[in-house]
Amino acid sequence: MTDALTKLLQTRDWLMADGATGTNLFNMGLSSGDAPEMWNEEHPDRIKKLYKFAVDAGSDIFLTNSFGGNSARLKLHGAQNRARELSRISAELGREVADASGRTVVVAGSVGPTGEIFAPMGPLTHAAAVEIFHEQAEGLKEGGADVLWLETISAPEEYKAAAEAFALAGMPWCGTMSFDTAGRTMMGITSAAMVDMVEKLPNPPIGFGANCGVGASDLLRTVLGFAAHGTERPIIAKGNAGIPKYHDGHIHYDGTPELMAEYAVMARDAGATIIGGCCGTMPEHLSAMREALETRERGPRPTLDEIAAKLGGFSSASDGTGDDDGAPARRTSRRRRG
Amino acid sequence: MSEEDDIILSELNDDELVEQMFDDLYDGMKEEIEEGVNILLDRGWAPYDVLTKALVGGMTIVGNDFRDGILFVPEVLLAAQAMKSGMAILKPLLAETGAPRMGKMVIGTVKGDIHDIGKNLVAMMMEGAGFEVVDLGINNDVDKYLGALETEQPDILGMSALLTTTMPYMKTVIDTLAAKGLRDDYIVLVGGAPLNEEFGKAIGADAYCRDAAVAVETAKSFIARKHNQMSA
Repeated sequence: MTDALTKLLQTRDWLMADGATGTNLFNMGLSSGDAPEMWNEEHPDRIKKLYKFAVDAGSDIFLTNSFGGNSARLKLHGAQNRARELSRISAELGREVADASGRTVVVAGSVGPTGEIFAPMGPLTHAAAVEIFHEQAEGLKEGGADVLWLETISAPEEYKAAAEAFALAGMPWCGTMSFDTAGRTMMGITSAAMVDMVEKLPNPPIGFGANCGVGASDLLRTVLGFAAHGTERPIIAKGNAGIPKYHDGHIHYDGTPELMAEYAVMARDAGATIIGGCCGTMPEHLSAMREALETRERGPRPTLDEIAAKLGGFSSASDGTGDDDGAPARRTSRRRRG
Repeated sequence: MSEEDDIILSELNDDELVEQMFDDLYDGMKEEIEEGVNILLDRGWAPYDVLTKALVGGMTIVGNDFRDGILFVPEVLLAAQAMKSGMAILKPLLAETGAPRMGKMVIGTVKGDIHDIGKNLVAMMMEGAGFEVVDLGINNDVDKYLGALETEQPDILGMSALLTTTMPYMKTVIDTLAAKGLRDDYIVLVGGAPLNEEFGKAIGADAYCRDAAVAVETAKSFIARKHNQMSA
């Protein structure tokens, strides 16, 4: 059976995903320090409201409230044995909202990073990571998620472990990484390296791409990097609504709805098929993005200069891709003992 | 580089050996660093000189290349592990010889945040720069920070947050310090992926540190300023 996302992709040449989860929940009263996933059980009404924000603003896809719903993350809250259950509920609530929408809306089961470092540098083994992701994947599947959605990943090992786990659960999936360090992920992966990794997976994702990171400009540079590396797979762009600012005890992102509308159109021109927001992207941003995607013509692929002019500058001079990327070279060891 | 001959560390003179240790730290070669530290000690080097000239010198190169986007987290973690194994040999000797101390830092990720990769990097790079570091781990509330400040009497308090939902908690900690009249007793440094300089200022921290290398540089300059003030 073909999954709902693949079907939608057969009928449309762009899809809109959702915006922020954390920022929205924070506005609904989530306290700094609490696990958002507990709200699936304690405040299902608020979680459904969160999903409805996205649906009402025109999202074709929304992510479930299960980003930190793996046992490694829930351990902090003494809920390490509830990963499957809390993930299942997040998807059940999503199913309810999507099915009541009167159109096809894809429920994407969010899977975030474990927060741990892989062996040999850290304690996490491949087998343990697969087990952690598999448990959450089964919960999301039981709850009725259409696809699984891996996000904010830094380490290629973690991306591969999740892919393996999703195969065990027999679920189609998408997966994005966060390029927040000089245009690469924290672990040094470039956009080009991600394309290579994704195409080598035994069960490649339906779509892949970038989420979160630094700002809308950097995210689009990463999308250009994916496209330049030659991929036929749908590219996902989920960038933050600008840069976080602090106002009266709250975090506020400085990207306006107009800026995010510009970002959405440029993301599509850059080669992205699935376009959404991440931190700071509120319903009003999504509405503006939807309107722009529907009303504005496709244009040529934007240059880096055009992106910088419309959305602001980049966080680093280079993103590590290309033949002459201008990045300083790694110190070479003159000698190495055998 | 298998075509090159094996290097016998003990056959190098002091300058060559220190240069080689810079390379070995850069490449995260733990056993070679341990060997190098032992050779220098056997040659009569003071433990403090081994620390500052060989290890801290090498980690400064690692830190600079990390800051400049040449090295990334995996390489830095390997280098820090090599550094740590060298430090393990030196630590008891440094205490015996009463070597001068760079300064002391209490560091932890704030309440609700379990992300500790950045915080661990800062802790390792600070140790790599010769600071004494007390790591409180993840998910620290105000009481845990205050308790540690009282018992450890550090020069620096470092706080880390990776989530937009946990960033504001740093202000809670700083406000509590201010209310108790303790704020000026410590240099407060903050860091974490969603933060920026403006945020650091808005919540009353002394500085925001973009990455572990910047944290080390910032800590050094604040400590130097503090020493200048004391002698002035």
